[in-house]
Amino acid sequence: MTNWLEDPIRWIAEWLYSVLVGWGILPSVADVILMITGAAILSTLALLWVLFLIWFERKLIGRIQDRFGPNRVGPWGIFQSVADMIKIFTKEYITPQGADKVLYNLAPVLAVASVLLIWAVLPFTRSIMGVNLNVGVVYIVAVGGGGVLAILMAGYASNNKYAFLGASRAVAQLISYEVPMVISLLVPVLLAGSMGLNDIVQAQSVPYLVMAPVAALVFFITSMAETGRAPFDLVEAESELVAGYNTEYSGLKFGMFFVGEFLHSFTAALLFAVLFLGGWRGPFVDQVPLLGLVYLFIKTMVIYFLIILVRASVPRFRIDQMMDLNWKVLTPLSILSFLVTAVIAKVLEGQFLFQVLGLLAGNVILLVLFMEWGERRNKRNRRPMVSQPRPLATPASDETSMAQS
Amino acid sequence: MLTAWLYVGIFLVVAVLLPAVAIALAGILAPKKSNPIKTSVYECGIEVVGPARVQIKAQYYIYAMVFLVFDVEMVLLFPWAVAFKQLPLFAVFEGILFLLILLGGLFYAWRKGALEWF
Repeated sequence: MTNWLEDPIRWIAEWLYSVLVGWGILPSVADVILMITGAAILSTLALLWVLFLIWFERKLIGRIQDRFGPNRVGPWGIFQSVADMIKIFTKEYITPQGADKVLYNLAPVLAVASVLLIWAVLPFTRSIMGVNLNVGVVYIVAVGGGGVLAILMAGYASNNKYAFLGASRAVAQLISYEVPMVISLLVPVLLAGSMGLNDIVQAQSVPYLVMAPVAALVFFITSMAETGRAPFDLVEAESELVAGYNTEYSGLKFGMFFVGEFLHSFTAALLFAVLFLGGWRGPFVDQVPLLGLVYLFIKTMVIYFLIILVRASVPRFRIDQMMDLNWKVLTPLSILSFLVTAVIAKVLEGQFLFQVLGLLAGNVILLVLFMEWGERRNKRNRRPMVSQPRPLATPASDETSMAQS
Repeated sequence: MLTAWLYVGIFLVVAVLLPAVAIALAGILAPKKSNPIKTSVYECGIEVVGPARVQIKAQYYIYAMVFLVFDVEMVLLFPWAVAFKQLPLFAVFEGILFLLILLGGLFYAWRKGALEWF
């Protein structure tokens, strides 16, 4: 029996288990009941958390754009998204003519489920986590593929040209950005020697942000693109495609796409915190495991804040720019960073301090060289100006001579 | 290990049920007043022209193909990365050779113009 002051959630779980077994329920059945309870609580909390995230983001973007943001419902408008949710619950579902009914209704469910499934393997503290899958990282990538499928289903089933174009763009973008994301995920796996997320956290006596900054940068950019948010929101570029893949959705079905998107960007921040910032690690976490939750939360919110900041300050990419960024910058950069990490980690194996410093130096040198190469390539490939430079307006010569004299 | 996957299975059921139940509940609460004009497909207010599943650029397929090659090779690299700490130097260089070939493939596709968006 664990001490409840140290780890209350685990204590409650053990107490519940003993109560269930005491009722004469088979231990295996009691296990399953505990799992169902845990999964239901975790995913409900995740979905409710989105209400706060929506308010937080609207408020923050309001402030960045010199507005107030929501400020009417409750203190600082904090219940704004609750009011919105109640409203959206009473809105009619409008199914467009000629829609593929099955795919049309399945898509919003899958959009949320694919994000929620990632939460099954996230380590919140040393002991509070769904499950430490030994293929955790691959699982995350695989489940993330469900989101792409949901967008494609939504766009295809809507029987709408804007939705279809949005969906095909989405698929091109999301699958392209998956390549550098997976390669940058390989770096922490290589350094930790395991794919389980809790093992990766436990291996980070030095956060991997220090040991693999290039991979962290690539992961940050690509996970932002995977969530389909600005500046990568070509999927629902409202100036070109009305609303992209969810043009024909209304009511809570639209709301589910919205929830899925917000939850996805928060989950991306969580994943970054787990993989590169040391997750629940921090001072005194061995004595009080619950502190890990606080550390993870702070790290996640910092990253989430950064994601919102990028969203608020960077204009949307054009699609060819976005593809170029992925295939001509991020993919070679991530492959090279993986190479550098593998070589340095093997050569300096055994001396931990030298390994950390060597990896940091190698990454910085790689980044500098790569940017220099990109700069040269840009100079070489710069398009010639189509129009001649306009002749500058020059004052009449007699006036200039008068002014000079 | 099996219980771990059992948990994932349970989580899958819960994760699908939660949004599905919410959508169904809202469907009960919501008004149902449908008419042909309301359910017509949106196309900036004009009447719909032609089928919605239009042809898309061939470029999408080329990107998909390049992606497919890379993704399969990435999955091959995961076991190598997990076993990295136990690998002898020779096996590490084999992996690096594999990566260099991959990089060569990327530059080949680049030179051939598969990565251009027209």
